Amino acid sequence: MKFSVALASAIEALFANLLRSFLTMLGIIIGVASVMTMMAMGEGAKARIDEQISALGASTLTLRPGSMRRGGRSLGAGAAKPFTESDIAVLASLPYAQAVSGQLSKSVTAVSGQTNWSTSLTGTDAAYFEIHDWTPTEGRVFTDREVRTGAAVAVIGKSIVDNLFDGTDPLGQRIRVNNVPVSVIGVLSEKGQSSFGSDRDDVIFIPLGTARNRIIGAHRTTPKNVSRIEVMVADGYDLKEAQNKLGEYMRERRRIKAGADDDFMVFNIADFVRARSATQATMGVLLAFMAAVALFVGGVGVMNIMLVSVTERTREIGLRMALGARGSDIMVQFLAEAIVLCGTGGLIGVVLGFAGSWIAAKTGGWEMSISPQITLISLGAAVAVGLFFGYFPARRAARLNPIDALRYE
Amino acid sequence: MTKVYAMGDQKVHALRGIDLEIAPGDFTAIMGPSGSGKSTLMNLIGALDQPTSGEMLIEGHSLSTMRPDDLADLRNRTLGFVFQQFNLLPRANALQNVKLPLRYARHEQIDADARARECLELVGLGDRMDHRPAQLSGGQQQRVAIARALAGRPRIILADEPTGALDTKTSTDIMELLVKLNATGITIILVTHEPEVAEFARRRIHFRDGLIESDERRAA
Repeated sequence: MKFSVALASAIEALFANLLRSFLTMLGIIIGVASVMTMMAMGEGAKARIDEQISALGASTLTLRPGSMRRGGRSLGAGAAKPFTESDIAVLASLPYAQAVSGQLSKSVTAVSGQTNWSTSLTGTDAAYFEIHDWTPTEGRVFTDREVRTGAAVAVIGKSIVDNLFDGTDPLGQRIRVNNVPVSVIGVLSEKGQSSFGSDRDDVIFIPLGTARNRIIGAHRTTPKNVSRIEVMVADGYDLKEAQNKLGEYMRERRRIKAGADDDFMVFNIADFVRARSATQATMGVLLAFMAAVALFVGGVGVMNIMLVSVTERTREIGLRMALGARGSDIMVQFLAEAIVLCGTGGLIGVVLGFAGSWIAAKTGGWEMSISPQITLISLGAAVAVGLFFGYFPARRAARLNPIDALRYE
Repeated sequence: MTKVYAMGDQKVHALRGIDLEIAPGDFTAIMGPSGSGKSTLMNLIGALDQPTSGEMLIEGHSLSTMRPDDLADLRNRTLGFVFQQFNLLPRANALQNVKLPLRYARHEQIDADARARECLELVGLGDRMDHRPAQLSGGQQQRVAIARALAGRPRIILADEPTGALDTKTSTDIMELLVKLNATGITIILVTHEPEVAEFARRRIHFRDGLIESDERRAA
């Protein structure tokens, strides 16, 4: 018997018992839809992480005082000697440093007219905007001169404009940050949420010295302190190597004895994102596994119904054998039915999978990415389930004794 | 030939030793009460079962040496079955039912549609081809079943109580159809327990307790 003929009669059999066919397919539909959604989510999340890494500056090293842990105890960053502006100056002269920026941050209250807004203040320099590839949509960022002289100017993020100025042009306006007046000279382009969920546009930048002297206050023992330094590694230098060199350089500069632990950290932000994405990948594997279990359970459902179908149609099988059907003909017929059942379920599942991926992409805030491979793998999995779980019932049908089958009531 | 079935730990001797030859083109009726072994014999002739001892030959070929696939092809090409309960596929129409055995025909190219139509015309159902079994009377259903048995151009038709589910008038029609087919050279082997049905056959063999009780031939 030709396989196409078997397929045609399998489709007929599927429609003959539409409700039962649909209920049987349900397991496959859910399985395929979840396999597809999970794979699309995995790809979408990965694409977003790559995008975040490049947004954070794939070639930026961050220095913070303090160490991850000492003697099993994690220490706060404040416990160690802070960096200073002179550290920034010497680091900037290193051959592999393309740009170096220092920062001090504090939570503040900003006031414009009658409006209050709790936000975060960062004192920094012009290099910050270069390192973060962050440009103003209106106005400008500060000049080196403004930073040197400690001018009372501010560059603000989009959320500050929305919350403090309510539609009016913020340029040239004054805001009071913890009662210190500064005038707005620039508005930065919108960055949206960070991968940690915070609003990256809810921030006010003012020159480093202005922030330290007038709002945050200097460190008790170290004047001209900064709480962190960012180093953008020049093109052509290996990031890991630069990270090691920078660590050694800072040990020397901070006179740390050989064998003693670092009292500072050098890290690459991208490492954190990658570590986090590794967690997400584990989640993805887990979810994909659950989707595979759903598909497996669906397959067992198909096998169950196929066994029922073989029993119900025992007389028909006997008749076909009496009319000259070989065992292999019967086998092909029932396998075709299982494959049609699973294949149709797979198709519906793919459609639902598209919908699921779209919803996941909307909620997760990434581009929907369903490659043809994902669709093919999902459909292939469904057909494979049909073959695998259809084999046993089909073999049972093919091995029936024609006399017993014909007499079966 | 003998045939012994194991029923639990008991042995049932369905055929206790028979020796039978049926000539090509003959019309033979096998009669006997239930349990006499006539259905067992039918299964052996139909290549659906193998004897416990002895040998079953069709056109000189021993069935015991044939592989299952060859037996299937034999049933497909040489034999045609007609059953008491018609055994039509309820969802398929008359034409599709008649085409069913042609699906399994391997060695020849057949225009299945034309062949099936021809067979339905032959049994007088040329105008009922797209009717489903439920839309046909019992006699018409049995005609469809006979057309199906004819589709593979068999040389032997095995009819197991073909009139068992039909009234007398319809039974006569069906038997006249079988006689007509026999006249074209097809060997017909009929199992029945109705003497008036057996009247249509030229040769009548009576079974009792797994043995041939009588074997008589109607005077021509």
